Amino acid sequence: MIEGILIGLSTALSLTNILMVMVGCFAGTIIGMLPGLGPMTAIALMIPITYGFDPSTGLILMAGVYYGAVFGGSTSSILLNAPGIPGTVATAFDGYPMAQQGKAGKALAIAAYSSFAGGTISAIFLLVAAPSLSKVSLAFRSPDYFALMILGLTAISAFSSKGQFLKAMMMVVLGLMLATVGQDSLSDITRFTFNNMNLTDGISFVLIVMATFAMSEALTIIFRGKDPNRATKQISLTELGSIKVNKEETIKMAKTIPRSSILGFLIGVLPGAGATIASFLAYGMERNYVNEEEKQKFGKGSVHGLSAPETANNAACSGSFVPLLTLGIPGSGTTAVMLGALLGFGIQPGPRLYQTNPEIFWSVIMSMYIGMVVLLILNLPLIPYIARILAVPRNYLIPLILFFSVTGIYLMSFNNFDIFLMIGIAIVATFLRLYDFPMPPLILAFVLGGLMEETLRRSLLISDGSPNFLWDRPITLIILLITIIIVCWQIFSTFRKKS
Amino acid sequence: MRISPTKFISLLFLVLSVFYLYTAYNIQVFAFDENAPFNARTFPIYLGWAGIILSILKIILPEKITTEVNHKLLDYKSIIYLIIISLIYAAVILKIGYFISTSLFLFASYYFLGERRWGLMFILSFPFVAAFMYLLHGLLNIYLRDPFLKYIGVMG
Repeated sequence: MIEGILIGLSTALSLTNILMVMVGCFAGTIIGMLPGLGPMTAIALMIPITYGFDPSTGLILMAGVYYGAVFGGSTSSILLNAPGIPGTVATAFDGYPMAQQGKAGKALAIAAYSSFAGGTISAIFLLVAAPSLSKVSLAFRSPDYFALMILGLTAISAFSSKGQFLKAMMMVVLGLMLATVGQDSLSDITRFTFNNMNLTDGISFVLIVMATFAMSEALTIIFRGKDPNRATKQISLTELGSIKVNKEETIKMAKTIPRSSILGFLIGVLPGAGATIASFLAYGMERNYVNEEEKQKFGKGSVHGLSAPETANNAACSGSFVPLLTLGIPGSGTTAVMLGALLGFGIQPGPRLYQTNPEIFWSVIMSMYIGMVVLLILNLPLIPYIARILAVPRNYLIPLILFFSVTGIYLMSFNNFDIFLMIGIAIVATFLRLYDFPMPPLILAFVLGGLMEETLRRSLLISDGSPNFLWDRPITLIILLITIIIVCWQIFSTFRKKS
Repeated sequence: MRISPTKFISLLFLVLSVFYLYTAYNIQVFAFDENAPFNARTFPIYLGWAGIILSILKIILPEKITTEVNHKLLDYKSIIYLIIISLIYAAVILKIGYFISTSLFLFASYYFLGERRWGLMFILSFPFVAAFMYLLHGLLNIYLRDPFLKYIGVMG
């Protein structure tokens, strides 16, 4: 492991990669601050730029963008009560009241220190857990992988959208349907191409991400007449006050951080759960842990109440890399985008990544840590200035997002059919978003579609067409039982609310 | 009877799933693969049925949370302009090249979104695209096809 850490450090600490982490954190913070634009959009917009890099550098840039976007989301939560991403909603519960009391700088500092500590602790967990899990996951067979993917898709549908399980499952099926377009990987038979040569290779992952996130988010902002710039202007005008944290507040943070980090990391590892659930659970858990006097302060600017969700959401971000790096199965929409980018580089994440490309495996882990340091040292003091840079009017911001989306696709194929297809999918996605059909399940399903069909094919061929493979192996059975429990829980909660 | 938009979308999804399933059953597989436990049709057939079942459930089950959208508040005009500009952009990008088409696309988008500061609009279109192309092509060595710039000798 020490050797791996050194490999990772030497890769992550190269001048180019440090620069990439800094650029990534900076760009991520700017995009994450804009209400409505989250880490997935931020990463998607970076994809065209990563084409010219080697895989480690590209992935390091994306990891920086991811953390930067989460940090940017916290900033708009604290200063405006307008969370950029769902994972920072709980941050606003105590962060915003603190800002209203004239302690915005302090709230930002507590959020940054908590994020840093949560990220650091979970990076250590990742350092220990990922190689061990890689070894364990070598024992996984096709039926287990198939069951795990079913679990991941069910979990993201259950957790990513409140009370919209069926809608999310429909998006999963739509994502899988889109993934079947093009040549069948084994027999080379073309499917659903309708004799269009441009569809023979299937629909590109970048096209789907750009259409359903970057482009459709830009169209949604215009459609709803929202002006993200209005919010950022407010940030730049807000008086931040001191960013110093006193001894009493430090002690409070020191109590909260360890437990929230552990909870956040564990939740992050679970497929589909991620930063949003981690931050809410950490907030709830912290409220139960503190004494009666502190409990009364929750919702009114409590240090515990701000530190807990911030620690947990960052810890969950690191945790979500565990299934991606060890099993090759992303647990969240954001890591699904990263998986797509990795596949674009010709790298298949999974248990063997640890052995075949140790420099990528370790450099991603080490760059996460470097990203945290960059966020703390550079971004925190620069927040008021970053916010001023953000005073780009909507009239310029939206065309620029569209420009990045189209360029990303054009660079891949130099073909205008893909641009037409992207515009079409973006229009459909915009209407679906309007009626709360969630997009992350669609992305995850699209990314997993090929692998899912492959593992199902192998499982069915081994069991000679019998469905016995679903319960023959204990691991498969346990994973499927967890899936059934999640589905039953969704049905139960539906009926309970009705009654 | 008024059908809610969510149920209408589910109905469209049902139609799509039926069409997908029909197409899945018509996928031509090799003769020796016809009765195999798994062939190119199997997974799409499962998906087609899953789509049909889920959309029927969404249509028949009462809605727990209804999503209301006030269409009067939606800016249809700007979105239609943007989509038309994007479609024109996609149609001409191969003919007139990346640089000119992208710069014109940005300029037109700023204009239709209500911007009238001509100088800024110009800087954020032509010089901006040129700088971006230099970043990609010149610094990052990412190939960017532009027959026009190649023709006038700007790009190699």
